[in-house]
Amino acid sequence: MAEPALSIRGLTKVYGNGFQALKGIDLDVQQGDFFALLGPNGAGKSTTLGVVCSLVQKSAGKVSIFGIDIDKDFAKAKYQLGVVPQEFNFNQFEKVIDIVLAQAGYYGMTRNEALPRAKQLLTDLGLWDKRHGNARMLSGGMKRRLMIARALMHRPKLLILDEPTAGVDIELRRSMWEYMRRINRDEGTTIILTTHYLEEAESLCRNIAIINHGDIVRNTSMRELLAELDTETFLLDLAKPVSTAPEVEGFEIQQLEPSQLALVIHRGQQLNGVFSALSEQGINVVSMRNRANRLEEMFVSMVEGSQRAIDQRAFEQEAQV
Amino acid sequence: MNATQTFIALWTLVLKEIKRFTRIWPQTLLPPSITMAMYFIIFGNLIGPRIGDMDGFSYMDFIVPGLIMMSVITNSYSNVASSFFSNKFQRSIEEMMVSPMPNWVILAGFIFGGMARGLGVGLIVTLVSLFFTRLTVEHPLLTILVVVLTSALFSIGGFINALLANKFDDISIVPTFILTPLTYLGGVFYSISMLPDFWQGVSMLNPILYMVNVFRYGFLGVSDIPVGWALAAIFAFIIALFLVALTMLERGKGIRS
Repeated sequence: MAEPALSIRGLTKVYGNGFQALKGIDLDVQQGDFFALLGPNGAGKSTTLGVVCSLVQKSAGKVSIFGIDIDKDFAKAKYQLGVVPQEFNFNQFEKVIDIVLAQAGYYGMTRNEALPRAKQLLTDLGLWDKRHGNARMLSGGMKRRLMIARALMHRPKLLILDEPTAGVDIELRRSMWEYMRRINRDEGTTIILTTHYLEEAESLCRNIAIINHGDIVRNTSMRELLAELDTETFLLDLAKPVSTAPEVEGFEIQQLEPSQLALVIHRGQQLNGVFSALSEQGINVVSMRNRANRLEEMFVSMVEGSQRAIDQRAFEQEAQV
Repeated sequence: MNATQTFIALWTLVLKEIKRFTRIWPQTLLPPSITMAMYFIIFGNLIGPRIGDMDGFSYMDFIVPGLIMMSVITNSYSNVASSFFSNKFQRSIEEMMVSPMPNWVILAGFIFGGMARGLGVGLIVTLVSLFFTRLTVEHPLLTILVVVLTSALFSIGGFINALLANKFDDISIVPTFILTPLTYLGGVFYSISMLPDFWQGVSMLNPILYMVNVFRYGFLGVSDIPVGWALAAIFAFIIALFLVALTMLERGKGIRS
């Protein structure tokens, strides 16, 4: 079996103030995967990725990129790695073309190699016309795309995207998704994505890890995770308002507004029966949609579950004292 | 990285640094030439004739090497301090940290960038001085050697300052409260032979005195202190500070959490 694109064993990070950001996590991301690393703010996502790309010093543990141990040959490992960070981290006063060409130079690419690559990436990402403009003049979405172009200059095999679509409008976000899908599918680039848009993770990623309080609380495939979802809530828009929530045996229905109902469906339940029953009561449904993204419901329940477990442990320890 | 890739990375960083200070030339190249022209006019032309000779030379000829050295020191230091700190502040230093560039290349790139500005400004000030005096250079190779070494030394100093700095104020404290007094008291405007014995002894503790004197020796052939010792001291400082800066960089001081 091929080496994982990223392998993490017992990764621990304790900051100078004593805060333990990572508590010995293990994680494997296979080659060619589109992998989501999710967690609430402060869970340890950025610390994990910071260690992988050398911006954070680990306290203990082992990290390998395509089988290359970063403690033994970090420079070689870095050739495989492209990073798009959460915050803008380029010199805002430099020209777009200078930023991407300088990055290529840092990887030892000659100008003759770098120029066609820069042209291709900036064109693909809609920035070629802006190449001679100062980076600070770009819109937020353009700045994010500039960081993607910069990260891809040296043709990395593993691309880390730390909230790449934060603050980007929906149209642009979807075009960025398509671009990420393309480099994952056509070029075989392994992608690790962190995002707060769970719809994005559900739509793009095949595997997922959820991190909370410095621990991996779940690491599985997206399909398996979503299959575990016990309930889904749908919003039903009605043709005419109703005075009270209708009762349908075996289903939980709440009235949100006179013309809107919330319908909770448990795993294994069929929707047809609800519509027939509503129709018999003279209630016609004109449209239906998910109240929340499916992954979001799962994510919230896991994070809350992990928080409850932590609170319980703290309570028990306090009781023993 | 192989040798070619390492050279490309270093060259990329040096060119980027040169582009930076030439892009903002009204802030970096113009002010020192104006300031030094004022020194030449006021101290050299107006007050100088009343002071008379210094160590057997006209006062203008005496102060020119010191003023060139002063501008080289200040500009080498402040270029690296402000550029590296600005990279830290804007987080664009991460571009270099995530790349396979060795730390010594990052350090060398900033040092060469600082030297390019320091020596560039030194050249401009030298050209400006030609409007006021006729320069003679007694020992050209020594003159070039000492100015290059001094520029390298203060570029490293600026780098360490930027690594330790947490805010913009921190990169102006050293130039204002340490570098400027040491430069003014480093024999730029007077010969230390004019001082009482005690203050001559105190002056000998000032490293800038050695650089100014050796540089002046290169131009005029006279020095208050032994040239060999001064060169050895500059070399020793460069090696020591380079190792300190590299160790701090390896440990991620001020840039890695």
